[in-house]
This record gives sequence, structure tokens and C-alpha cells, in this order.
Amino acid sequence: MSEATNNTLVKFNDVSYSVPSVTTPIISRLNLSVRQGETLVLLGESGCGKTTTLKLVNRLLLPTSGDVFVEGKATTDWDPIRLRRRTGYVIQEGGLFPHFTVEQNVALVPRLDGWDEGRTRERVDELLTLVGLDPGRFADRYPRELSGGQCQRVGVARALAAEPPLLLLDEPFGALDPLTRASLQREFGELAKRLGKTAIFVTHDVREALLLGTRIGLMAAGRLVLLETPESFLHSNEEHARAYIETLHVSAMSDKL
Amino acid sequence: MSFWQFLQDNWRELLTLLRQHVSLVLISTLVAVLIGIPTGILLTRKRALRGPVLGIANIMQTIPSLALFGFLIPLPFIGGIGARTAIVALVVYALLPIIRNTVTGILGVDANVREAAVAMGMTNGQILWQVELPLAMGVILTGVRVATVISVGVTTIAAAVGAGGLGVYIFRGLRQYDNNLLLAGAVPAALMALGADFSFGLLEKYFSVQSKRDKGRSVLLKIAVATAAAILLVGSYGVWRSSRVVIASKDFTESVLLSEIVAQMLEARGVPVERQFELGGNLPHEGLISGKVDLYPEYTGTAYTAILHHPPITDPRAVYDQVKREYDEKLGVDLSPPLGFDNTFAILVRGAEARRLHLKTTSDAVPYARSWRAGFGQDFMSRADGYPGFVKAYGLQFAEQPREMDLSLTYIALASGKVDLIAGNSTEGRIAALDLVQLEDDRHYFPPYEGVYIVRKDSLARLSVLRDILNKLHDAISSEEMRRLNYEVDGKKRKPADVVREWLAQKGF
Repeated sequence: MSEATNNTLVKFNDVSYSVPSVTTPIISRLNLSVRQGETLVLLGESGCGKTTTLKLVNRLLLPTSGDVFVEGKATTDWDPIRLRRRTGYVIQEGGLFPHFTVEQNVALVPRLDGWDEGRTRERVDELLTLVGLDPGRFADRYPRELSGGQCQRVGVARALAAEPPLLLLDEPFGALDPLTRASLQREFGELAKRLGKTAIFVTHDVREALLLGTRIGLMAAGRLVLLETPESFLHSNEEHARAYIETLHVSAMSDKL
Repeated sequence: MSFWQFLQDNWRELLTLLRQHVSLVLISTLVAVLIGIPTGILLTRKRALRGPVLGIANIMQTIPSLALFGFLIPLPFIGGIGARTAIVALVVYALLPIIRNTVTGILGVDANVREAAVAMGMTNGQILWQVELPLAMGVILTGVRVATVISVGVTTIAAAVGAGGLGVYIFRGLRQYDNNLLLAGAVPAALMALGADFSFGLLEKYFSVQSKRDKGRSVLLKIAVATAAAILLVGSYGVWRSSRVVIASKDFTESVLLSEIVAQMLEARGVPVERQFELGGNLPHEGLISGKVDLYPEYTGTAYTAILHHPPITDPRAVYDQVKREYDEKLGVDLSPPLGFDNTFAILVRGAEARRLHLKTTSDAVPYARSWRAGFGQDFMSRADGYPGFVKAYGLQFAEQPREMDLSLTYIALASGKVDLIAGNSTEGRIAALDLVQLEDDRHYFPPYEGVYIVRKDSLARLSVLRDILNKLHDAISSEEMRRLNYEVDGKKRKPADVVREWLAQKGF
């Protein structure tokens, strides 16, 4: 069954996921569409299944029931390697290869895909500049010589390197200090818009969700309880949403004090 | 002789042994790496296999090395005496640290890094070569380091299976109670172990500083260089065999002398000889039967009781004839004419005691034995024609269970008063020098042990000159003569080859 709508890039069709050792499913009957060019933020507390949802998209996990469609094809039908080369993946701790330089990390997928050296080098320079790192200074450094923020920038550059249509990000800025985090959030937002990328962004930070999402998918206990634009989210009466909104007010109040 | 003098005289032989030792360690470690690392990689993919395989490798490592050599010898293809068997055993010992560290190293790679690698669309092969192996290399190298250092030590025992190496000096030094030999064997081995440990330590540091690019490739290069070096060493190790006569000897001086005699006589007549001397236990016999050895010196009594398993008798002619006939019928092997001496078990006591208590025969000693301690070699204790029959025949009882020790040490133990009675060799060179007295075997318990050569019939057929030599040696060495020759080596610390050369010139052979 092929569900190819013009601009639906990812579609979850009644997807459930469970593991043998846990009785309750991690994800229950999830239905979701991600449109081209949008940034869908999956928001929820720890254990709600948002990271699992993300991993079902690039086939790090396979659904126990239901289907996940990427570019109209079920993930079970995709060659995993091809699928993953078409999805950029950014995780919280960066996951940069410690024994590769910044340049080698960013150039990883292009090299795997057999790009010629000249094109690869150009691309690396272009991307490093794009994420705010001077290639001349950073290309030959190793990850352990970089700060947390710099590592995450490299991680984003790496994810973008082979020009994938889809980006998957799992709390990419969670481990950073508030100032760096704010700065990166802003830059990422501009970047995604400028490049026209489609992104699925996982976070537990409601402010980040409101800032970056074109739509927010609120998850709780393996279920999608709300899927709205940020404005509608703020005015929602759904209980989980309200709980998040409360936190905004509290911190706003403490700002005033 | 000072140690430095010893080194000056023997540096050529030491260098040969050193080269053999390095060869053995290098080849076996390389093979263990080639088997162990892929196995380790496999185990990281298949959790179910991990327990069983690591368990087996663990068990193999707990087998005492000498026992492992013993198990391997009779096996076809990988068995036999010499370097090949030793290498198989050494590989077995090296496997556990290498496999285990490969598994640990790879499983220890940061889970985030591995997840990122998978998510980026790297194939399993790419992940292995570009991510897992480079990051695990430090830990894997530690495993190889441990394996190599163990190897250097275990290789000293390889001398017992005729593989050469520094162990030759160590065993010989123990046998002849010679510190120079011991040091010359043990010190280079220790230095080698330290050197290996140190070099690998440097290599590991190189890899753990995670700042090297393309580590996978440079490791392969190093392995290639090491392999080339190993092959060069092996090539020069000497694999030429075809037209040579292989002469073995047991691991004591008299046996070496007798073998050296035939070896030099053959070489003087233009026949190349390969010497496999100082083999432990039953190896000369096994080697002869399996065709790897052409000739070795034996004693009629030993063949009669220990090999053919007959109860002991005392008529030398009967023993000789029986052994000759049975060896011919059952084993296709021939006996040379007797050499002219009898190396029987000599019941020895200190000269002072013998004179004080007027001891002439073994029966004289029986009443005093109750307050004596005895010391015997492994051979005497385990053979049917040894200790068990001996005490029964004489109704002997000692103060306690006899001490079992290396035969060559029993003479010193007796002389220094640590034991009061031993069963040594009647042709032992040091008997007179240590003022030991042989008690007559008045009950004729011990069978005759005439010295002969055991030789394969096909070797005799191939080389008529061999038959001539063996006939020439008929009755050529009396017991006194044998004792004197033994003393030249054991007492005066001369080299067997020199003693033999001198003797052959003297006799005009």
C-alpha cells in the first residue's frame, strides 16, 4: 500500500512498538504525517516514546505493528543503508567519531557515497561556515578539542553533509548551557527555513518546541495526545498541554521577580 | 668459568637459540592474532557463542604447558617433535588474551558513536573497519602484548619437544648443575619478555591517544611488516630435511654423547645430519616409530621392560635377543650390536657411610634403611622395573616416602646429606668425584641395560655407511670409558662435541 501524497515526507500509519520485556507498549497506535519543509517537534517527558518514534523513521527500530512510510515507501521495504543516507541524524551527545577530525566527521557520508574529493572538501568548508565554524581553524581539530556547543554544530554539519531531504534530531541542544543553547536554537531555526529542510525534532523543552516547531506533537505514555501549531498549542485545553503551559507562566513569573 | 668467558665461547650457539626463540614467539603470536582477532569480532556479533568459546579458550590456557605438548605429540599432522608442535601449543596459549581483549575492546566502543555510525548509513563492514577496530585497537593491543609476554615464557619449555630456543640452555643448565647455562638461557628470555612488554606498551600509547587518523590502515601496514619479518625468520630457521639423517638423544649427557658419536662419524663420511638432542620423556622412541627420527641410543633393559612391557630378567644375552626380535617383528626397527657398556641403576650411598657401616651389597643396607631417606628420579619411580619392584625384591623400607626429583639433582642431594640413598646411573661421571659408592645388586633385581642404538630399517637400507659405523662401534665403549666420557662433560664442563671429536680421533674411527 503506497501512500504518496505530494508533500508528505513521513507518515506513521497505526504504528505500535513494544519490547518483549515490557508489558505496556512503548508506542501505541501512532498516526502522524510530516509535511515537506516543516519542522515537526515531538514534545513529551522522559519515557513517553518520542525518541522511539524518531528511531522508527530511519529504521534503527522496526514497528511491531503498523507501517512507517518515508517518501512513500514503507521502512520495511527500504534498504536500510540507503534510507539512512537520506536522513541526517543528530543526537544529544553528538556521537562524533573521536578518532576522526572535524573534517573527516563531516565528510563521512559524502565519502561513503563516493563523492569526489574536490566536491567533498568544498562541501565541508561550506557546511562548517554554515554552522558558524571557521573551516581554517576547525577542520583539522579533533572532537575532544571542541566545546560542547562546537561539537553539536559539527554534528549538525555532519547530518547535512550529503544533502538529505529529512533531518532527525534527538534533543540535540539538551546538554548545552542556556546561552549556547539559545544561540544554537536560533541559528538552527534560520538554517532549516533557509535550506527548506524537513525536520523531526525531539525535545522535552516546551520553549524550544514553541520556538522551532511549525507544528508540535505532544506525546504522553506512547500516544500522540495533541498535534497543533504553536499558537493553537498555547490556547489548548488538553491537560498535558496545560501542564507545559503552566511551566511557562511560572518561569515567566520568576523572571519578573 | 666466568659468565663472560662462557658467553665469549658460546655466543654462536646462543645466537642460534635466540633466533629460534624469537621465531617461535613471532610465528605463534602472529597465528594467534590471525585466528584470535576474527574470532573475537565474530563473538561480538553472536552473543550466544561468547560464553562457550571464551570458556574453551580459558580451559585451554589452564592446561599445564608441558602436558599440552605431551598431548599434541602423537596427533597426526600437527603433532610430532619440533617447531610445529611447539607453535601449535603456543598458539593455544596466546588465544585467550587476544580473543577476550578483542571482544572487550569492541564492546567498549561508545554506544553513542556506534549508534551515530549506524544512523549515518554505514554498512557493518564499514562500521567494523572505520569505527570499531580503530577505537578498540588499544585494548586489542594490550591483549596481544599479554599473549606475547606469556609466549616468551612458555617457549622456554618448547625445548623439551625439540623445538629449540633458550629453553635448551635452561634444561641443560639444570641437568648439569651449571649456572652459566642457566643464566645464558634465562636472562635473554627475561629481557625478551621485558622488551616485548615495553614495545607493546609504546604501541598502545600511540593508539589510545585518539588523535590518529586512519588507524585501521596503519595497523594493517604494521601487521604486514611483522608478517614479512616472521617469514624471513622462518625461512632461515631451516626447513631442509630430505637427505639428512635425523639423530635424536634423550635429555642427559650420556645419551647426547652417544648420539654425537654417530653424528660426527656420519658427517666425517659426508652424510648430513640433523641433531634433535635432549628430547624429553618418550619422544625419541615416538619420533623413531613415527618416522621423524632415524636413530637414537637406548638401553636393552629399558626397551625390554618399559617399552615392550616384559617383567625384568637378568640374562643380558636373552634380553638383547628378545628385544632385537620383537623390535624387528613389531616395530620394523633394528638394534645395533651392543656398545660394550652396561648403564644399570646404581644404588648409591655416601662413601663415608659405606665405609663406616661396612656396606658392600644392597642387602647390607636394608637394616639401616629404616632410618634413611631416599631420593629417586621420575623415571625410577614410575617404571615397573624401578622403585616398586626394587623395594619388594629387597624388602626395603625407608623412614618416609622417597623424594621424587630430577635425576641429576639426586647426586648432589646424596653428597650433601639431604638424602641417604639414591638410584643413579652406573656410568655417571660424578660418582668418584663425589665420593659415592655403588652397592652391589646381590639379589640381581635389575635387568641388564646394555647400551645400543635403535635404528629404523629403512634408514639402514638407505645408507650402507650407517651399518658400517654401527658395526665399528660394537664393544667400542667399556663402562669405565663411558664414565670417563661423562665426567669430561659433567665434571669438567667441556662441550660434548669436543669430547667426542677427541675420542674419535683417539680411537681412529
